[in-house]
Amino acid sequence: MEMPAPDMSVISRRDQIAARLTDALADPAAVITDPAETRAYECDALSAYRCPPLAVVLPSTTAEVAAVLRICHDERVPVVPRGAGTSLAGGSMPTADAVVIGLARMTDVLEINPQDRLIRVQTGRTNLAVTGAVAGQGFFYAPDPSSQLACAIGGNIAMNSGGAHCLKYGVTTNNLLGATVVLMDGAVVELGGPMGEGAGLDLLGVICGSEGQLGIVTEATLRILPTPEGARPVLIAFDSAETAGACVAAIIRSGILPVAIEYMDRPCIAATEDFCGAGYPDCEALLIVEVEGSAPEIDEQLRLIRDIAQGFAPLEFRESGSEDESRRIWLGRKSAFGAMGVISDYMCLDGTIPVSQLPHVLNRIGELSAKAGLRVANVFHAGDGNMHPLILYDANAPGDLERCEDLGADILRLCVEVGGCLTGEHGVGVEKRELMTAQYTPADLEAQMRVKDVFDPQWLLNPAKVFPLTVSAARRGQGGQDAA
Amino acid sequence: MRPETEKELAALIRAATSPVSITGGATRLRPGEGQGNRIDLRALTGITLYEPEALTVVVRAGTPLAEVQAALAAENQMLAFEPDPRDGSTIGGVVAANASGPRRVSAGACRDAMLGIRMVTGEGEIIRNGGRVMKNVTGYDLVKLSAGARGTLGAITEVALKTAPVPPVRATLRLTGLDDAGAIAAMTTALTGPFDVTGAGRLTNGTVILRLEGLAGSVEYRAGRLREALGPQAAIETVEGDADFATLRDYGQTGEAALWRIVLRPSQAEPLLAQLPDPHIVDWGGALIRAEAPQDWRPDLPQGARADCERGAAMSLPETDPVIARLNAGIRASFDPRGLLLEGAA
Repeated sequence: MEMPAPDMSVISRRDQIAARLTDALADPAAVITDPAETRAYECDALSAYRCPPLAVVLPSTTAEVAAVLRICHDERVPVVPRGAGTSLAGGSMPTADAVVIGLARMTDVLEINPQDRLIRVQTGRTNLAVTGAVAGQGFFYAPDPSSQLACAIGGNIAMNSGGAHCLKYGVTTNNLLGATVVLMDGAVVELGGPMGEGAGLDLLGVICGSEGQLGIVTEATLRILPTPEGARPVLIAFDSAETAGACVAAIIRSGILPVAIEYMDRPCIAATEDFCGAGYPDCEALLIVEVEGSAPEIDEQLRLIRDIAQGFAPLEFRESGSEDESRRIWLGRKSAFGAMGVISDYMCLDGTIPVSQLPHVLNRIGELSAKAGLRVANVFHAGDGNMHPLILYDANAPGDLERCEDLGADILRLCVEVGGCLTGEHGVGVEKRELMTAQYTPADLEAQMRVKDVFDPQWLLNPAKVFPLTVSAARRGQGGQDAA
Repeated sequence: MRPETEKELAALIRAATSPVSITGGATRLRPGEGQGNRIDLRALTGITLYEPEALTVVVRAGTPLAEVQAALAAENQMLAFEPDPRDGSTIGGVVAANASGPRRVSAGACRDAMLGIRMVTGEGEIIRNGGRVMKNVTGYDLVKLSAGARGTLGAITEVALKTAPVPPVRATLRLTGLDDAGAIAAMTTALTGPFDVTGAGRLTNGTVILRLEGLAGSVEYRAGRLREALGPQAAIETVEGDADFATLRDYGQTGEAALWRIVLRPSQAEPLLAQLPDPHIVDWGGALIRAEAPQDWRPDLPQGARADCERGAAMSLPETDPVIARLNAGIRASFDPRGLLLEGAA
């Protein structure tokens, strides 16, 4: 993975820039330049790629973010926004000439309004703490990325995060009503409005998922939903991936809308059984289907799902009868990533496919895996086609990582070929930047980059992400330097 | 001008030297829209892909909305955002106007159901964005940006939409005898409890309507719980089906008077309702008000609210923030550097 050469004229002005930033903030300790401390910000959750930043700034208010951006704009310093640093795509990975603006101190709840069914928060607040703020009043915030305990709402907005329950409730963009955004020149704008509607174009819609390249979202108005009375999962085991895939299609086709349909294959089941002993059946593939509502509603939905599943001769249909059984059904799924980490190094992919292509894609992944000589375990959100193939490799074996990256790229290209896309919820970041040409034509990418030109004409905000380096080089003003 | 293919459309736009507006059935034009030469997309028709088991349909822009709805209904599916069916309306017009009906309170707007688009920009370039899967964070979401852009960024030629199953049972609770405050309170109760209400509005005759949908036993159970929660302050009648919601959705399609569309927070609705002339409807649990009014009437808007004149004189309130106006103009210029595309895609 290449990054552009840092701008030495910025690095040589480090002290002067840091002094200006310190002057602009109420708390002098909110500016970090000590190399021992900036190391904590040298990567996000994609820890394979690291680089300590020029400085880190931890503002407390929108006004402070605006002041910092004005200075960086003035000094032509690249800026990397950072929520909680849980990006799996290197979305908040810094460069040596960049100031990291971290939202960690901005965690306040600004308004809770049950009547208007919304909450307004500073965007450093974690996803789970948003629900925490409204749970007592019978509400929850729906998008639930697996990292929800740690990830910040600002990062969720940057990556348009999803989660297990988005089959029914949608992803971040479907639950974001408004945002306070600071542009690179320090201007502060309020986007969206009641029901998410703002003036003219849907600017909120394009900010969401723009990976911190158009502005820094400091406050967000989020839709909250009444908490359902209850939820209950079932576990359905099959002797083949095809049958499991067909069962997913039949459930969706029947008109029932479960809140989640999760899929795990044999390698993944085996690993989680060793890891946490959830007591999963011996099978090739299993589904976890969760429905919610009142007790009679849950019963009615589960009865229909049982009828559908019986048509596919499942090895087992395990309906939860208690809180504890529900927990055990989810236990293996929720432990899957940790369990795989125990047996091997792995790379987690994030491609999406049309659900109809599931059996074909699983077969093809099997073939590609055999050809590459690397094992692949599959665990994913089957209801919405968001796959997370985990490629197992040995980080200490020379050449293994490269083979793993090649196989990953082949699998993602396969997703695009069958009508899907490169990333469903993790984002492009630096990780999938160079693969963008597999999904988009030069004209498609040009249209996207022109939008960035409008928000950030000098390309200072999180540059060198999302777009292939050669494609964005001229805009980043470093035409020939990237090859270095 | 009525191009037969996307390529022909691209050539037409490239060759244009004077302002054009992109139209479908021209059924959702607002005052002042549809000027210049019209490029009519009604020859670009057809459902190019429909996978009911994946809840996705891909449709060319000029396809009549009625045709799309019929194809989905044949598979017991629907467009969850419930666009109002106007005679001659095309799917391209629906997405260009982000037309969204009463179910928006639960299922989201048209833009929330849009998964991907193909479009011809103001430079005559064919681009695509998004795709046909529910989750996609590959690059910027130009799909949302184009939704409701009224043809000013380009001509959307094809759109991939999320579909939804048609619920087996529908019931409507009708509440009568409520004043403005009581009506808003009843809708709020319905939308803030665990009742899974898929529509909450008030008809011109003052009847508050609440919709429940789903499996039979579930609808019956929730209707009972909701009636309990609403208490004795209103007369409540439960009727089968949701014909009242079609009435609510289709309000304002006939008539001559100026028609205002006001979006605001439900908690702000009561004072505004007090100053409204009749007739008017309330939708989205109090977040949408549509009202007929004399030509010179102007709403006294609460903080954050927006109002547009849908019929009558071209008018939007409040004035757009200058920075947002600059962004809007910049984006329009980036898609249409020659400034040829007028509002008009509907």
